[in-house]
Amino acid sequence: MDMKRDYYEDVRIFTSGAVIFWTGILLLLLAIFPFVAKNYYVYVVNFMAINVIVVVGLNILVGYTGQISMGHAGFFAIGAYGTIVLMTQAHFPFLLALPSAGLIAAFIGFLLGLPALRLEGPYLAIATLGFGITTTQIIGKIQMFGERQGLHAPDLIIGGWHIKTDKDFYFLLIPITIAMVIIARNIIKTKVGRAFISIRDADIAASTIGVNLTYYKTLAFAVSAFYAAVGGGLYAFVLRFIEPELFSMFMSVTFLTMVVVGGLGSIMGSVAGACLLGFLDLQLRNILEIPYFGDWIRMLSESYFTLTGASNIQLIVFGLILIVIMLFEPLGIFGMWIRSKKYWLAWPF
Amino acid sequence: MVEFLQMVLSGIAVGSSYALMGLGMVLIYKASEVPNFVQGEMALLPVFISFMLLTSYNVPYYIAFPATLIFAFLLGCFLEFGILRRAKEPNVLGLIIITIGMEMILLGFVSWKFGADQRAMPFPISSYDSIIIGDIFISTLDMLTLVVALVIMLSMFLFFRFSKTGVAMKATQMNENAAALMGIKTKQIRMVAWGISSMVGCVAGLLMAPILVEPYMMWDPMLKGFSGAVVGGMTSLPGAVFGAYIVGIVEHLFGGYVSLEFKSVVAFVIIVIVLCIKPSGLFARHYVKKV
Repeated sequence: MDMKRDYYEDVRIFTSGAVIFWTGILLLLLAIFPFVAKNYYVYVVNFMAINVIVVVGLNILVGYTGQISMGHAGFFAIGAYGTIVLMTQAHFPFLLALPSAGLIAAFIGFLLGLPALRLEGPYLAIATLGFGITTTQIIGKIQMFGERQGLHAPDLIIGGWHIKTDKDFYFLLIPITIAMVIIARNIIKTKVGRAFISIRDADIAASTIGVNLTYYKTLAFAVSAFYAAVGGGLYAFVLRFIEPELFSMFMSVTFLTMVVVGGLGSIMGSVAGACLLGFLDLQLRNILEIPYFGDWIRMLSESYFTLTGASNIQLIVFGLILIVIMLFEPLGIFGMWIRSKKYWLAWPF
Repeated sequence: MVEFLQMVLSGIAVGSSYALMGLGMVLIYKASEVPNFVQGEMALLPVFISFMLLTSYNVPYYIAFPATLIFAFLLGCFLEFGILRRAKEPNVLGLIIITIGMEMILLGFVSWKFGADQRAMPFPISSYDSIIIGDIFISTLDMLTLVVALVIMLSMFLFFRFSKTGVAMKATQMNENAAALMGIKTKQIRMVAWGISSMVGCVAGLLMAPILVEPYMMWDPMLKGFSGAVVGGMTSLPGAVFGAYIVGIVEHLFGGYVSLEFKSVVAFVIIVIVLCIKPSGLFARHYVKKV
């Protein structure tokens, strides 16, 4: 049913009229959303959009190239700190500082990719994990980065547009997010993307047909780091205050969770996973404020658990989602979508 | 010189608990081929159970500690039998994700149940006493850790050398199909490997608990044990022990002579250096994959 007849059909952004229709609806909804929703929900969508950027980038590395990374919070931190420091110390404008920080992270990603060339499986996992932890530790000890006290984001002015509220920032963030997602999709559809996929499926076979492993593996790390850093730079302005403790190992694990839940090797899956888990993440952090359910949790916590630890329910829920997804649907949300699509296309047979 | 010896000795003491965690990781890696991120939490939950038994129910030590170890064994078995074994078409990434999921659940549960307060567990030996050998100090708790670690290593060696289960475990790790053909119940063996690994980790946790009991207490030892195991080669038990001691000693020397601030990241630098020279660690044979 999804048969591609020629190359140009494969690289087209809109594969059918239905896709154009739903994309139009989505864009329309995104455009009117900040005018009808409460301020808090605009903030939530900003948060989700940042997750989308990072997770799409991480999926290029994990899902398409098959290299595990458990240190993306490191790149995220480099992006956040890099953007702020470039703006306050070097007086770069925001639109220049953000990609510059991204390029710095990409270079560091390239450096991390070099030892990763020879590593796989658990060795790569611990090396990237170590990178994430080390980066945060080092950033937390450099005076220019505010050490443990953290940094405040400067005022954001682009041209004459002074961005103050979450709503203003929404109009900056959403176009960037859409652009990044489309770029990621296009990377995957080109020669570079096919090289990534061939490395994932069989790296030795790929190298025998002329895929330069050194080049493409480090490139995958660099691209992924760039995405994470751009996400980080934007995140700094959503929170307006950053400190080293934010970029913990759990952040890296959360990003990996989003990739897996969305579906390895699927851009749309990543978007869905990032939105879903990003939303859950924010909601579960203040689980006690949820109506009805929160009261019940409060009662349960008071009688059997501790009230201060109730926010850790987020960990339990995320862990359960991870395990259930891995046990029953290893391709995540994307897998469910494919399966239901096939079912309904062939219905009633 | 005295200072140097003092640092090396402290490094060895810390390295002992890393070595126990590393041993646990290697046991599981050899059985299920997955880097086990739940290793720390498999020790954490039993430690908290034992803390609860000792403080809330006033159970004496000689009952609480064995009960904890048995609980740890059962927990390890359950995680393998109940969760990991059920994975469909598992690949390395999938298995890693499952262990991370289990880790999040256990950690979340423990933090929910006990809060993030920092406490200390009652223990038969005070953590403030120390022994003086020549000019070198070592706390009795560290001494105990060292001795217990050595005893566990020795008994593991004997277990793999002389007991039937141990030999069956080695056979399963070498070639699962061949072992199954010889009549070994390989699935059961794998489950027992998880149980033993959990027990070894739990001992490390119990020995750290008199100083600090809190939900994140096993993170650092787990990562350092993992680093040690990777340095040693992930498939070799003596390698894991050796790697863990190296990590412990270098960490202390770095903390003493170079910079105390960056002490905790040294382990990862060691890993990167070692892996650049020998991509599969110091003691493991490097297998070149064929297409």
